[in-house]
Amino acid sequence: MNPNVIIEFTLDGKKARFETSPEKRLLDVLREDAGIKGVKEGCGEGECGACSVLRNGRLVNSCSIPVIAVHGDDILTIEGFSRTESYRIISDSYAEAGAVQCGFCTPGFIMATAALLNENPTPDEGEIRKALSGNLCRCTGYTMIIEAVKSAAARMAGSE
Amino acid sequence: MHKISTSTLRPDSKTKSSGRAEYISDIELPDMLHMVILSAGIQHGKILKKTIPPLPVGYHIIGSGDFSGINKATIVAQDWPFFAEDEVVYYGQPVLAVVGSDKIECGNICSKIIIDYEELPAVSTIDEAVEFFNDYTIVKGKPDECFKSAGRILENTYRTGMQEQAYMEPQGMIAEFSGGRLTVRGSMQCPYYIKNSLNNAFDIGGDNIRVIQTETGGAFGGKEDYPSILAGQTAAAAIVTGKPVKLVMDRRSDMLITPKRHPSLIRIRTAVDQSGRISAMDIDCRLDAGAYESLSGVVLERAIFICTGAHNIENIRVRGRSMKTNHVPSGAFRGFGGPQALFAAEMNMYYAALELGVKPVDLKRRYQYRQGDRSVTGGTFRDDIKLDQMFDIIERASDYSRKYKEYERPSSPGERRRGIGISYAAHGGAFTGSGEQEIIKSLVRLKAEPAENEDFKHFIRILVSNVEMGQGASTTLRKIVAETMGLPLEAVIYTVPDTDVVPDSGPTVASRTIMIVGKLLQDAAEELKKNIDSGSPVLTAEKRYVHPEEFEWDEETFKGDAYPAYSWSINVVEVEVDPITFEVSITGSWGVYDVGTAIDLRILKGQMQGGTAQSLAYSTIERMEMSGGRPAQASFTDYTIPTTLDFPDTECFFIDNPYRYGPFGAKAAGELPNEGPAGAVAAAVSQAVGRIITEIPVTPEMLEAASR
Ligand code: FES
Ligand code: FES
Repeated sequence: MNPNVIIEFTLDGKKARFETSPEKRLLDVLREDAGIKGVKEGCGEGECGACSVLRNGRLVNSCSIPVIAVHGDDILTIEGFSRTESYRIISDSYAEAGAVQCGFCTPGFIMATAALLNENPTPDEGEIRKALSGNLCRCTGYTMIIEAVKSAAARMAGSE
Repeated sequence: MHKISTSTLRPDSKTKSSGRAEYISDIELPDMLHMVILSAGIQHGKILKKTIPPLPVGYHIIGSGDFSGINKATIVAQDWPFFAEDEVVYYGQPVLAVVGSDKIECGNICSKIIIDYEELPAVSTIDEAVEFFNDYTIVKGKPDECFKSAGRILENTYRTGMQEQAYMEPQGMIAEFSGGRLTVRGSMQCPYYIKNSLNNAFDIGGDNIRVIQTETGGAFGGKEDYPSILAGQTAAAAIVTGKPVKLVMDRRSDMLITPKRHPSLIRIRTAVDQSGRISAMDIDCRLDAGAYESLSGVVLERAIFICTGAHNIENIRVRGRSMKTNHVPSGAFRGFGGPQALFAAEMNMYYAALELGVKPVDLKRRYQYRQGDRSVTGGTFRDDIKLDQMFDIIERASDYSRKYKEYERPSSPGERRRGIGISYAAHGGAFTGSGEQEIIKSLVRLKAEPAENEDFKHFIRILVSNVEMGQGASTTLRKIVAETMGLPLEAVIYTVPDTDVVPDSGPTVASRTIMIVGKLLQDAAEELKKNIDSGSPVLTAEKRYVHPEEFEWDEETFKGDAYPAYSWSINVVEVEVDPITFEVSITGSWGVYDVGTAIDLRILKGQMQGGTAQSLAYSTIERMEMSGGRPAQASFTDYTIPTTLDFPDTECFFIDNPYRYGPFGAKAAGELPNEGPAGAVAAAVSQAVGRIITEIPVTPEMLEAASR
């Protein structure tokens, strides 16, 4: 095993410093070292999006990124995002649309929705489907999730 | 529409969205150890020798010798060992486990263990299999005479593939043993199945076993059987080490070594009499059970009991066998034998229609079950069957008949070929036959607790062993109690199942939670309301299931009412097939459902849309092949479940048809959307390519090969 290294990055708006194994993935450091359990592991291979976080504002799978690669970056997880007004709008929309069943995929979908609406506040259905295509949900068949994103977009437009 | 059907907000949405919901992988206990399983790397062989490297302090090997009771899980049958003894019979079978504080170190030790085998011949497929676990035959009417006097006999064979449940949360369990008590918690559908299985595996006394469900990230049947194996393995390690032991599977091992939907091979002979009527069917249904029986017998029952689908055939002989092969035992998956049987039944009607020169939909409508008809097992369809009304709805929504006619016109070369298919499905609710009464004996309890509140005087606590796994039971069961007692939803509390706290109301399977458990809760709620209103000091109410007397069932002969009530659906699916790549795109999907009364329309719609996506994928993109006994597709990279880009929205319609023994008239719902869509897809593709599809998943490679 390699000796531990020191990694620093901004985590949910605060400076964070971890002395940890360089072999860890960002997902491991978030879950094990930082205790952020809302970031889920569904596949560990970059296929399901359950581990989605925003890295410098862009949606990434934290299971596919070695933690040493995020030194100096800005990482936003569901834990930090869930304290924002945008989160309230998005999660209300998910609840009202019925988009949450087992919930294991949901934090990842919420982050993907946040990333999309940041970049494109008025997406059409095709753009929504494309933006969420890296996240898997086995429960819903996606219809209600897409409705939720549409309604979140409309509400955000209305609240501005 | 009953007012209970009005959609409510699910209270669990918020904790799940924010990431605060705790799944098993999120739970850490002090001093907890990790467990890594050593799986067999061969398909079939004798274990000659196990060479184990010296272990660091604090690391242990766990195996078949660590069970003070029996080294076998109880999953209906009692034949699947927690760890192999002298023989491995499937690739991936657990042989040993390493337990210790560091998971990576456990894995390193595992990779240094050497198992010497003497390899034995293996049986990989249903076609090769000779041995079987179960062999059932049912005869209805006089099929032999009909075949003798038939004007024509049609014959065809239908195949369905393996399907992975692909719940997003991988399986996991934590066991603890302290003070002589064993506590197991994890992702599961059936807390009391696990408790019972542990009670047989360890001589520690049932009272000393506690099973707690944790937030369950999807299950679809996949967490009905295998959690009993994981519970036994982690419990053995906890008992040996005296420390909490955790095992959370990674996606690859979950895909490699947990049960999947049974592949099937179904041959149907159809007798047509001199006047052109279908007089009889002779059906041979084989399911690929894998290496242990486990619950295959019950899956097989469901398959043969519904072997003609939603169609009334007067004379039937059906033989069903669960074939023994060397791969991971097949298990429960939403529909439980139904989807295989329904696919074969629907495509056989399609085939018969083409042979008889009528439109498939006309033939299906001619033979659809009507009230008073007899089922395959000779039971009576007692309730109104509204398939005609349902057809009108889906015809209007999908424009089926006009499109069917349009797509019959030959397409010009190079043009995308279009097709539209319709399928009928029936699903019997709850356990088969007398299972609810004889085996499950469901018991529910309600408890009134004082509330300091202006709006209501008591909180009503629901105590049942049926879990929330995404399907919404923690909301719908509360709605039933709240509505019955005239209370707001906030006054009713759902208790997360813990066998120390909740009675055994049975497993969360077979679409029985609302229909059976919900009804018992409604009855209990009525009694509790009476007690409270009359000022009685008795603030609890219990109800145990009693089978309505009108239903009869003989478990020996499989004669009588296999299910108390049936739910019905009609699906229409529209496709386009690329003439060069043979890629199938689904361009439209509609479903109309009779599930009695809807307890919550939005939750129900979520069930139907999610289930339909699973079934559309079952028939198209989800392919799992066994190669040398191991799944060739063992990750989401190779085994592709639907994304947002694969399928259109499914338009859903519900008709009201209250069932007299269901809560507010509700009957089975959850499995229904996995029954019909595959048959509609295959019919649509058949029309598009002008050749009948008899095997799913239908892939571009298959279509291309067939076109040559
Ligand atoms: S866990 Fe990272 S993409 Fe699935
Ligand atoms: S809600 Fe279960 S996987 Fe999406």
